[in-house]
Amino acid sequence: MPSSPVQAQSSDAASPPAPAAKPPAKNHASGDRRFKALDMTMKRHQYKPDALIEVLHKAQESFGYLEEDVLIYIARGLKLPLSRVYGVATFYHLFSLKPSGAHSCVVCLGTACYVKGSGKLMEALEAELGIKVGETTEDGKVSLMAARCLGACGIAPAMVVDGSVSGKQSPESALDKVRSLQQG
Amino acid sequence: MSVKTLKIDDIDIAIEEGATILQAAKEAGVSIPTLCHLDGVTDVGACRLCLVEIDGSNRLFPACVTQVAEGMQIHTQTPKLQEYRRMTVELLFAEGNHVCSICVANGNCELQNVAIAVGMDHSRFPYRFPDRKVDASHPLFSIDHNRCILCTRCVRVCDEIEGAHVWDIAQRGAACYIVSGLNQPWGSVDACTSCGKCVDACPTGAIFRKGTTTSEKERDRDKLEFLVTAREKREWTR
Repeated sequence: MPSSPVQAQSSDAASPPAPAAKPPAKNHASGDRRFKALDMTMKRHQYKPDALIEVLHKAQESFGYLEEDVLIYIARGLKLPLSRVYGVATFYHLFSLKPSGAHSCVVCLGTACYVKGSGKLMEALEAELGIKVGETTEDGKVSLMAARCLGACGIAPAMVVDGSVSGKQSPESALDKVRSLQQG
Repeated sequence: MSVKTLKIDDIDIAIEEGATILQAAKEAGVSIPTLCHLDGVTDVGACRLCLVEIDGSNRLFPACVTQVAEGMQIHTQTPKLQEYRRMTVELLFAEGNHVCSICVANGNCELQNVAIAVGMDHSRFPYRFPDRKVDASHPLFSIDHNRCILCTRCVRVCDEIEGAHVWDIAQRGAACYIVSGLNQPWGSVDACTSCGKCVDACPTGAIFRKGTTTSEKERDRDKLEFLVTAREKREWTR
């Protein structure tokens, strides 16, 4: 079989191994249903490299964030270089490479809310939680995020805590909400 | 193949269809400053130094990615362009941490050469002094992100000539940086073949061979073009 060494080489090149010693992504140890969902999405797009963003969306949706081995799995499935996948995943704010907190706290920084003092709201929350916007507290309890506009300008300044919108917030009322999250 | 005739800085030139303005200018003997252009790899129009004016349009066009058209009247050295070019170089200097006196590429640096060519002696913009990293994990080479101008030459050389695609751009906007693998230390990226093409491609001292010190960086830029002609035209002599 004269072609076998060549074949061995090319299959090596097509599957960049994981940086850490991890099980090969193809038969993922966890046998996770979420990886099956990823497989289906990739198959639906015929494993085309230009489906990367759609597949990343699916991964973000089913895993909550883009873990390293998920990125490697996608890179291998779509036959893309690791650095390309990482570059795309970090370019879009919608994708997160870190797990988000158990609770989410979104402050609207749209024009109306900002005029009504949501900037101060954000400052107070950042100081209370000890994190910057876009980050998650170390205990993994609260993620602090900003929104451009919620379309709720009538109740400015608005914030969304775990999916429920509350308007006309003051730094004090916002801090109260966040403190109750941290205890709960 | 059809031929297009055009004028660059009042010099008549005929060149085949599909050629870029930059190629036509080279043919005509007109020099247009560039930083992200590298013979042998695709052009991306990232550095905006090759912007030219074309009569009949008030837009500026990047010469490296604009194709020639019949009857174009192109100007490459108008006061407006000279001003913009100088500004672009000033912004590049203000964006990173470019300290020539301690740089491996001092005296052999395309950013430095361009700065001299456009007459930039200082930056009118405040320096950002960004906090950037140095990755010396590779046994042969190092990358100092402080000196990087994000021209993406290393990305394209590694992808198109070597075929390893170790590099890419991570993050966005001011936070952009050249990433190796899955944001791993360069030395632990399996795809890297240690070929050193990125060192030859880098216009500044951002990627360099270990052991080189101030003003010692040398490049074999022609090697990259040689590899491309060798592959495409099967000419293995320089």
